[in-house]
Amino acid sequence: MSVLFGTKVAAARALGAASRASGRGGGTTLPGRVLLRLEPEAIARLGERLDDGATLVSATNGKTTTAGMIAAVLAAEGRPPVHNRAGSNMSWGVATALLEQRGREGLFEVDEAWLPRVAEQLDPALIVLGNLFRDQLDRYGEIEALADEWAATVAAREGASAFALNADDPLIADLGRDGEERPRAGVSYFGIEDASQALPQLQHAFDAKHCRRCGHPYEYERAFVGHLGHYRCPNCGAERPQPEVAATRIELRGMEGSSATVRTPVGEIQLELPLPGLYNVYNALAAVTACLRLGVEPARIAAALGGMRAAFGRVETIDLGGAALSILLIKNPAGANEVLRTLKLEAERSLAGSGTAGAAVPAGSGIDLWIALNDRIADGRDVSWIWDADFELLGEAVRRVVCAGTRAPEMALRLKYAGWETARIEVVPEIDASLDRAVARAREGVPDGGPARLFALPTYTALLELRKLLSDRGLAKEFWR
Amino acid sequence: MELRVCALYPDQMNIYADRGNIVFLQRRCEWRGIGFAYSSAGPGEPVDASGADFFYVGGGQDRDQAMVAADMVASKREDLAAAVESGAVLLAVCGGYQLLGHSYQLGAEKLPGLGLVDLETVREDGPRLIGNVAIEVDLGSGPRVLAGFENHGGRTYLGAGVPALGRVLAGQGNNGVDGREGVRRHNLVGTYLHGPLLPKNAWLADHLITLALERRYGTRPELEPLPDALEDAAHASARAAAGA
Repeated sequence: MSVLFGTKVAAARALGAASRASGRGGGTTLPGRVLLRLEPEAIARLGERLDDGATLVSATNGKTTTAGMIAAVLAAEGRPPVHNRAGSNMSWGVATALLEQRGREGLFEVDEAWLPRVAEQLDPALIVLGNLFRDQLDRYGEIEALADEWAATVAAREGASAFALNADDPLIADLGRDGEERPRAGVSYFGIEDASQALPQLQHAFDAKHCRRCGHPYEYERAFVGHLGHYRCPNCGAERPQPEVAATRIELRGMEGSSATVRTPVGEIQLELPLPGLYNVYNALAAVTACLRLGVEPARIAAALGGMRAAFGRVETIDLGGAALSILLIKNPAGANEVLRTLKLEAERSLAGSGTAGAAVPAGSGIDLWIALNDRIADGRDVSWIWDADFELLGEAVRRVVCAGTRAPEMALRLKYAGWETARIEVVPEIDASLDRAVARAREGVPDGGPARLFALPTYTALLELRKLLSDRGLAKEFWR
Repeated sequence: MELRVCALYPDQMNIYADRGNIVFLQRRCEWRGIGFAYSSAGPGEPVDASGADFFYVGGGQDRDQAMVAADMVASKREDLAAAVESGAVLLAVCGGYQLLGHSYQLGAEKLPGLGLVDLETVREDGPRLIGNVAIEVDLGSGPRVLAGFENHGGRTYLGAGVPALGRVLAGQGNNGVDGREGVRRHNLVGTYLHGPLLPKNAWLADHLITLALERRYGTRPELEPLPDALEDAAHASARAAAGA
């Protein structure tokens, strides 16, 4: 490191320490922001210190969780990576992690729009790409355009990076073939092959209708999550590649998690995931594929994944004044649909536990919800997307819902038109007051004073506000520590 | 009574959750005991000008919009023109709105338009026009406000004497320059207020339902009022977001 660069690094690092000491937060990005201002090529220069290379993870949904899974496996191997674990995934978040942590290898989740630039700077040995869903159109633009940028990155890095790609997302799978449809070097695919997990019908938010090659509509044999599934183009014959890592049998157990039998090139493994939903099975498959590439033995991958807890904020449970609060981030239609599917399963399971299995959820029972819809820049200013998420799925399984956030009334209206009874919907925009209200409501639902449960569904900045609130009340650790 | 709705290209032109508009219309009819008949017309499929009284077209990605533009001109232009001339409601939002005019210049490509109204859309240098928006509209019963969100690269210019849908109170509107938003002709409404516009503006939904039923049954029905507390709150929220 040159003396001048070393001085810049020291200055940025000191600022981060000062920021944290002041208790104002923001320590996850400030040092990186400052350093990049002083030295635009800082990521490339600091990245050179990672002797064993870097892995990048990007996707619309699941990048924090997937990176968290890979980190858990590497940590269990005694290889703790330099990792932007707080989910700060633009260039300054990557720079901050590089500044403040030391290690032989790097692991970075990267914002979709930032991936091309960060890949160019960091020269990663492995790039893991999970999915592209419609998300924050006011910020990212159309996903076809984003897919085009990713295609240019993959083409430029063929031979320099290995790739773990989702075979079930046609927008991702196609990145693994060149212009003549030849498979690119260094590509491993993962996917789901348990047909019993298919959606009964295609969802409204369906984002890959046309063949990336010829523009003809794809034919789907089945879909698992949004447009992720088994597809082919009847016109040009482009089809889902055969994944070498595949979940062949999956069992979902509501909020408790899931289990999956996974075929790999080096034998079959059994995953027990403490995370709910099919979307987390996809995250686990991405992590397994990446960890095999990183040289970890399959049985050790399975053991490490079985022991991990949810990456920050994606799913966690906190005791809040007599109610067990489970937090599930929602930020776009595809992700929200998976959360709604998981909650529906959870409502049915809790009924089954009370001896009324198979019956419709009776009036006055069901789950309690707190939904916080914000429209800040990091959420996307446009809240139209709530009309693409299938809230219809859950209506009858909900006992009470309190809507919060900067656009709370619009969330409540969406639920009304999804067929949720208006008597069960309340609007309290302020985060703290609405949370207290929701907890009180949830406790009313348990007349004998037993344990109440509340499910919190915040958008991204509402999640940050919620975490701050819980931290101020001494209920959760500040996440940047 | 029955509201007959036909969605144009629902599989292609749906990028901003356009289905919210259809859901909104359906529920408000059901709650009033008005029947709701839904049909759709996709690529290559003809439109029955008298079979429906409310036509809807939403926004799409560039690629889908280019396909739809060519297909719409080839398979639906005459029938849609006949429908509009005979008083059918045509609500065209965002990309759908851009297709109503003579053409849409999209980079090197010029997409054909339906020519139902005298307007041109061009993609100029400069950023996309993105953000919350509120406009003042008078559809014959005094000034009202429409609130929504816009996100468009194209700039639309109305021909001389062509009435805009409204006047921009906050946001960008047709082109960010002349303070006008959308277009009107008979019961055709074109606007950049995209996606679920009707849920944010229940009054417009009811107004358009009334016009569509009038076309079918010959007299203008008096719609039963609904308990609209949440609708009013959502409208106020969208308006506040636009700063109007």
